[in-house]
Amino acid sequence: MSTLEEPEVEPDGLDIDAVHERLGDRVLDTEEHINAPGIIIRADEVEETLTILRDEFDFDYLACVSAEELPDRYETIYHLKQFADPTRELSIVVPTDRDRPISQSAAHVYETANWHEREAYDLIGIEYDGHPNLKRILLPDSWTGHPLTDDYNQDKPQVVSYKAHENPLLEHTKEDDGETMLINIGPHHPATHGVLHLKATLDGESVVDVEPDIGYLHRCEEQMCEQGTYRHQIMPYPDRWDYASAGIINEWAYARAAEDLADIEVPEYAQILRTMGAELCRMAAHFLALGTFVLDVYGEFNALSMYAIRDREKVQKLLEDLTGQRIMFNYLRLGGVAWDIPEPREQFFDDTRQFINEDLPESMDEVHDLLTDNEIFQLRCVDIGVLPPKQAKQYAATGPVARASGIDMDLRRDDPYGYYPELDWEVVTDDGCDIFSRVMVRVREVEESAKIVDQCIDLLEEWPEDEREIQANVPRTLKPDPDTRVYRAVEGAKGELGIYIRADGTDTPGRFKIRSPAYCNLSTLPVMAEGDFVADLIASLGSIDIILGEVDR
Amino acid sequence: MSSQQPPTELDRNVLTKTRDARATGVDDRFNSRLREAMGSTPFILTKFDKFMNWVRGSSMFILQFGIACCSLEMIHAMMIKHDVDRFGAGVPRASPRQADLIIVPGTIVSKFAPRMKRVYDQMPEPKFVVGMGSCTISGGPFQEGYNVVKGAEEVIPVDIHVPGCPPRPEALIYGIAKLQEQVANGETSPVVVKPYELEEFGNMPRDEIIEQLSDQINEDDLAMRYNWGDSP
Repeated sequence: MSTLEEPEVEPDGLDIDAVHERLGDRVLDTEEHINAPGIIIRADEVEETLTILRDEFDFDYLACVSAEELPDRYETIYHLKQFADPTRELSIVVPTDRDRPISQSAAHVYETANWHEREAYDLIGIEYDGHPNLKRILLPDSWTGHPLTDDYNQDKPQVVSYKAHENPLLEHTKEDDGETMLINIGPHHPATHGVLHLKATLDGESVVDVEPDIGYLHRCEEQMCEQGTYRHQIMPYPDRWDYASAGIINEWAYARAAEDLADIEVPEYAQILRTMGAELCRMAAHFLALGTFVLDVYGEFNALSMYAIRDREKVQKLLEDLTGQRIMFNYLRLGGVAWDIPEPREQFFDDTRQFINEDLPESMDEVHDLLTDNEIFQLRCVDIGVLPPKQAKQYAATGPVARASGIDMDLRRDDPYGYYPELDWEVVTDDGCDIFSRVMVRVREVEESAKIVDQCIDLLEEWPEDEREIQANVPRTLKPDPDTRVYRAVEGAKGELGIYIRADGTDTPGRFKIRSPAYCNLSTLPVMAEGDFVADLIASLGSIDIILGEVDR
Repeated sequence: MSSQQPPTELDRNVLTKTRDARATGVDDRFNSRLREAMGSTPFILTKFDKFMNWVRGSSMFILQFGIACCSLEMIHAMMIKHDVDRFGAGVPRASPRQADLIIVPGTIVSKFAPRMKRVYDQMPEPKFVVGMGSCTISGGPFQEGYNVVKGAEEVIPVDIHVPGCPPRPEALIYGIAKLQEQVANGETSPVVVKPYELEEFGNMPRDEIIEQLSDQINEDDLAMRYNWGDSP
């Protein structure tokens, strides 16, 4: 079944000739990326070109912006997609001069480009002309140098300034109206789910402006992956991006990109194992999202957060049986998985069925009883933290956040991979656009994941014993051809988790860029929170379900 | 409604027993086996310091402080199933001013280290630190990162290291129990390495990098200087 792993590379329905004709002289040259055709344009025609593509060719989704340094130039690649059909992809490549790396900003065409370009400026050093707020985003403001460039000296000392927190009332009150004040939420604050800093400006109790300040957990994941060899050394790191037990999904993102790059076919049996593992991970991640969200809106250690953690423990037990670890699974290998279902197989199947068919429906009843049917909870969440679909698309929100705004996109169905196309399940959407919808989408996705796991268990149980192939033949050292590029994504627990890799002919990637769903989803926070009360800001933040490891990478 | 029904035999018994106990001043609830073991006198003799150590070790208030992956296992250690509160160390406090114990659960990067130092400074004495996971020992899997502080000890003193990536909740509980044991025995002396301190920018030795930043940072602003070249 060759259709399983390799989705068609040629985007069907995209008339590339029409694009060329419309863009005319703006097309300097073309190139082929594994996932999409690439069009090279001039650095001062970015805004114009992207506006045409957005308005006339329906490329309403800027999935990722990856910047890199090449021996003779700097390059920014805008990975365009369509929300209606994410397999229609187009890469816009913008080369810039080595001496003066200045490129026109796309932030006025796609809101999401704002953060992506700040990151590119921070790590690579490309300057974006016309960018509304071009300053460092992941590293401290006082950092010197751009670390993902070749001439960066890592041993050079750095100084990080730390201004003492002054009385915000004195220092930040605007001269002309004494009404607003700035409060810092985080970086150490129980409601920020880790180390996030929100600069919130309040007028009385309403939020007039909020700016997420990230980078408190920027632990150089891209550098680590660029140092590792494809075959084994990269795989442990994805577990540490979205560490809310979504490890197998993250590993799959890397595996999918690298397998496309090296042309590896994954056996069907391994695909089922991957699918089952990924859905167990999704359940664990959504339980955590639910548990921490009720902590945010209800207060410390209430019953529901305990129940959510109890259910997580059960999933983690199953995942531990399967992979050997509770959180950092390192279960996938390029071309397959590390090992089969543990012996005795019947026991694993029984345990999983017990959880899926007996325990889970019961705890879902509890969730609906305590949470979603609860009048107080509804008062707190309905019509608050609204994210209209148009803005969700502009900010490239994906995953439950987008689906709760009525955007019907799920890569498991729309850009099929693994064993998902063969299974019977639904994509959950809700058009409430508010906090309540986002919570509901997650709760219902847990039920859908359970359906998938149940079907996988049946398949695994009936699979003939001599055809249990868990690993394809993969060369010991992988050296993809130089200058091949691929951007591949999977549906992570938080949304589209994409990996861009440029091979440089060696056994390590030349550039490894992670498109993090939580990063893009977090950038929608100002849309949700501005105008609401400060307490609703916390609820909105909780409903986005960020994991800082994935935001900062 | 039970209050409208006549009290049953059982209710009457309970009420009477409690009332009697209160009236005579001998409440059953305090007649524990420990009390029996102490004989007729309700007093014990001990050294004050020893008593205080025992009290401290038996009631640890943990700072609610999540950084990275390890904080999930920390949550699991505090919640249902593992429940570190069974050992008298399970009350998470959101404010550092109410906490005795800070668990450092994750990778510390350059932007966060000064903030963590400040949080640690805000805790009242005596305070204790448990470093959770490989990142707080050496930087762990991210040790080679350009932005990663090579262990929590570079910034704050650490009493107990719990290795693992991440450690299981059981391992964390064992680490906390070991710390409690140390505290109760009056044995704590944290490992102090701490090459990185918050200091005023103006007091830093002038060199190329300081000159370069002098127009960005005020003389009297606090800053932390990382000498990455000297790190292990």
